[in-house]
Amino acid sequence: MRIALVACFALALANGPIGTLLIMRRESLGGNVLSHAVMPGAALGFLYAGYSLAALTLGGVLTGLAVAGLAALAARSRPQRQDSNLIAFYLVSLSFGVLIVAARGSQADLMHVLFGTVLAVDVKALVLIASISSLTILIVAALYRPLAVESFDPAFLRAVGGGGGTFRAIFITLVVLNLVANFQAFGTLLAIGPMLLPAAAARCWTHKVWPMIALATVMGMAAALSGLLISYYANLPSGLAIVMGSGVIYGMSLLAAGRMRLKPTKLEGR
Amino acid sequence: MANSSDPVRRRRSASDLLRLLGTATAPLRPSLAVSLSALGDNAQGAFARHFDSGYDPNASNGHSRREEGGIAIRNLCVRYGERFAFEGLTGEFPPASLTAVIGPNGAGKSSLLKTLAGIIRPTAGEVICAALARHRLAYLPQQDELDRGFPISVAELVALGDWRNFGSVREPPEGLAASVYEALAAVGLSTVMDRQIAELSVGQFQRALFARLLMQDADVILLDEPFASLDESTTEDLQHFLKRWQGEGRTVVAVLHDLDRVRRHFPSTLLLARSPIAWGDTSLSLSADNLARGQKALLPPEGGHIGRVA
Repeated sequence: MRIALVACFALALANGPIGTLLIMRRESLGGNVLSHAVMPGAALGFLYAGYSLAALTLGGVLTGLAVAGLAALAARSRPQRQDSNLIAFYLVSLSFGVLIVAARGSQADLMHVLFGTVLAVDVKALVLIASISSLTILIVAALYRPLAVESFDPAFLRAVGGGGGTFRAIFITLVVLNLVANFQAFGTLLAIGPMLLPAAAARCWTHKVWPMIALATVMGMAAALSGLLISYYANLPSGLAIVMGSGVIYGMSLLAAGRMRLKPTKLEGR
Repeated sequence: MANSSDPVRRRRSASDLLRLLGTATAPLRPSLAVSLSALGDNAQGAFARHFDSGYDPNASNGHSRREEGGIAIRNLCVRYGERFAFEGLTGEFPPASLTAVIGPNGAGKSSLLKTLAGIIRPTAGEVICAALARHRLAYLPQQDELDRGFPISVAELVALGDWRNFGSVREPPEGLAASVYEALAAVGLSTVMDRQIAELSVGQFQRALFARLLMQDADVILLDEPFASLDESTTEDLQHFLKRWQGEGRTVVAVLHDLDRVRRHFPSTLLLARSPIAWGDTSLSLSADNLARGQKALLPPEGGHIGRVA
């Protein structure tokens, strides 16, 4: 239980910045697609080596990056039809992954892959999660400026020379790595939840970036704590309880923040 | 804080804001710098090449706009799948020129600007632009291409224009807050410096983008419909900048729709309708003859019944 809590806190520390950046870039759907793209790779790893952490992680990262690359290629040839491409990738990845697991694994295996088992996170998995989180935080802190500018105005970044696809590639890689980390605890269907929901909730309260990231992290931790406690006492699956917790926080934020902003911000005129 | 009428106080709040640019990386930068210098010049060079190629504080030394400015294009052609945006474009935008690009909707004007800016790779032909290679080119996209809800303040947006002097990871230089204040004052936005860009009106946002262009100090400036959806007074204010930039020896190219404005303020015009109809002195390019040819060029072939494209 304690290991699960620490794992979720470590995840929240990385999910805060990455989720906030995803929301700022309006790429939540893309993030969702990537969380499903991780599964076929993990399923193939499971097929090959059972519940080996290395196999699952490596497989997940490879297919995640592969789908990200394919999505980028598809976007280049037809910029207008991105959402249908993304839905296609999402569905194909999900079906393919489920087919693989269902072919060789049991019902329990399938449930584990789809919804995760937070309580099954052992020390090895915790070390993996903590390493990914630390790496993410370091990179986001060191390269925040170009990452943010690439999110806002990639043409400007290219014109001033910071550009090319470097920072976009770095960001997508971080997203995939964090989704693989989230996958350990939450499974493929919910992996995007702890990343997006706290960040979406934080966006209701503030429009400045660093408060948004801090708030997203804190809310992620709060959801983890409450979710684990509730799942313990009510005997419910933990991952689902945590994501429900995030969802409740998001719902409350929507209502509360909307109520508090009674008047639109007045412009002082030109 | 924003209500203060004292410019010194306001400058200080701008520098507080700008410190946000540096704060996030501050705890890491010493260690980043230490580990980079420990690894030696190769590592620093590799880092600069891949992550920080825009950092060039000495770019303006020994630099002549007249010799190095301008854009030359040869047989330029851009295609999207089966249909082409424009083709067969050859010519020059010399330094210290102010050119308007006009044409019916769908004529390929935005695609041309994006190709000149290096955002789209041409299907055929070449663009020769020293400013592009040396990151001395500025491109202003149409307003709907930027996310107005992005959490960034006006001061931060304008400060980005000075990218050459701080790049991806370095601390912004000492005089940055003052130059941001000056640029904002020049466009008339000194009162909204601390606001988020989401709170600005369309006209104010465009002024803020012009302030960023001022900070960029580019040799070539490309503007895609800079005056769309702006009122007359804002447009007049911003028009002065285009004139000023031409006077400073820069190459200015703007896509416009208002022919009246083009005749009054733009000495050269490129009339584009998938292929170039006319390129040169405005009074010659905008003859009634040429304009009619432009309209006709975009109609579907064999007199289709779809109706006029423009």
